[in-house]
Amino acid sequence: MDEPACYSGNSSCIFWILKNRYVGFKSFCFKKSLWVFHFGGASCNNCDIEILDCLTPRYDLLVGSIRHADVLLVNGSINMRDRDRLIEIYNQAPKPILVVAIGACGCTGGIFAEGNTFAGPVDKIIPVDAYIPGCPPKPEAIIAGLVKLVNSSNPFKRDK
Amino acid sequence: MAVNLFYFLVFPGLLFSAVVGALLSWFDRKITARVQFRKGPPLLQPFYDFFKLLLVKETILPKQGSPVVFLLAPVFAVFGATTAAVLILLPLLNISSGFRGDLIVIFYLLTIPSFSYVIGSLASGNPLAAVGGSREMKLILSYESTFLLVIAGVIIKASQYFDLNSIITIQHNSRPFIESVSGVILFIVAIFCIQAKLGLVPFDMAEAETEITEGTFIEYSGAPYALIKLTKYIMLFILPAFLTALLLNGFVLKGIGILWAALKILGIVLLLTLIRNTNPRLKIKQAVSFFLVWMNLLAILAIVLAYFGY
Repeated sequence: MDEPACYSGNSSCIFWILKNRYVGFKSFCFKKSLWVFHFGGASCNNCDIEILDCLTPRYDLLVGSIRHADVLLVNGSINMRDRDRLIEIYNQAPKPILVVAIGACGCTGGIFAEGNTFAGPVDKIIPVDAYIPGCPPKPEAIIAGLVKLVNSSNPFKRDK
Repeated sequence: MAVNLFYFLVFPGLLFSAVVGALLSWFDRKITARVQFRKGPPLLQPFYDFFKLLLVKETILPKQGSPVVFLLAPVFAVFGATTAAVLILLPLLNISSGFRGDLIVIFYLLTIPSFSYVIGSLASGNPLAAVGGSREMKLILSYESTFLLVIAGVIIKASQYFDLNSIITIQHNSRPFIESVSGVILFIVAIFCIQAKLGLVPFDMAEAETEITEGTFIEYSGAPYALIKLTKYIMLFILPAFLTALLLNGFVLKGIGILWAALKILGIVLLLTLIRNTNPRLKIKQAVSFFLVWMNLLAILAIVLAYFGY
């Protein structure tokens, strides 16, 4: 919605400001309260372990159910079987949801990229908002990546 | 009518108890974080969580199961918790004196949130939610009898008055019930009952996040989950307030008494938080025998002691 000309008595201007405030409040609340869910593909378990470190009391990031999630962390190479499950999980998540590809395999496919059963890196299957490379990335790197993602001017790059 | 609506919606009902409960929930999370050597959330974090769920997130309805019951259950939970909050806080804050026998009504209203969780989880059609719902039902069956015995003990100590206002007045006129052997025992039993009612860690087998992935709440998302969070905030405030009224002399809301009132609530929440941070989750069988055998025995012992005036 474009900014209307603001002069006294123009009610659409007030509505525009209120609507902007409301949208800003919503995105502020979303940024301040991110609940993280973990999807592990055919991983070598190193990224899994580093993500599970985020679940431990030291960081305490994760939630148990995909219905409560705001961020979907996907790691590991996605093979033919994982693809359907990843799409299923993505469809079960309440929108808006941020998808973050973790590790070399999640971002590009890594050493599995030319395997027979490889079904493409994560961004070929579902839209991805951020990539956190590393083999594996540390929990601090994962958290720093999430913080950079929500602090970037437009965390939702794709059209909703 | 307008006054009653104000009582129900603003003070001391929905708005007041939800805001205080959210701040107490922050206190709980901050203490948890400090116990685990973590920094902890900012003061307004419960509000961010609530408004994010309410305004931003999409609500997904289960394909199997009953969507109407699934959506109505959190609303019933909020209504039950709010009505209980009004009935507890009106005598406690000395606004009105309540009515004869309101203790029984409060007891029933305090069970409504747990029953709503069970109904909502069974309406979602998810097998893990069914497991959580069945555990929650067993837990309700075990702790409610104990909670009733605690209230019976308090009634006997208050020379058989059935309303919250007289119980508070009797404590004001003589001394708090906790300054006696039976009072201490009743307090210990009531703390465990509250722990189970709030679903905190030794008794969180119904939502067991690491085991059955939030159990009863697994299918909830968006606004209904926000209402469940709201119910949890309200319950976290009114159950310690109820315990304060029953055993700890209620509130004296003038001068230094306001500080004492806040300290009583914070102290009880601190106790609950420390219990939840230093204990592992029990199996449902262990929890049932814990309440049905040991806590009931303790409560009956306290009732006998109270009957003989100790």
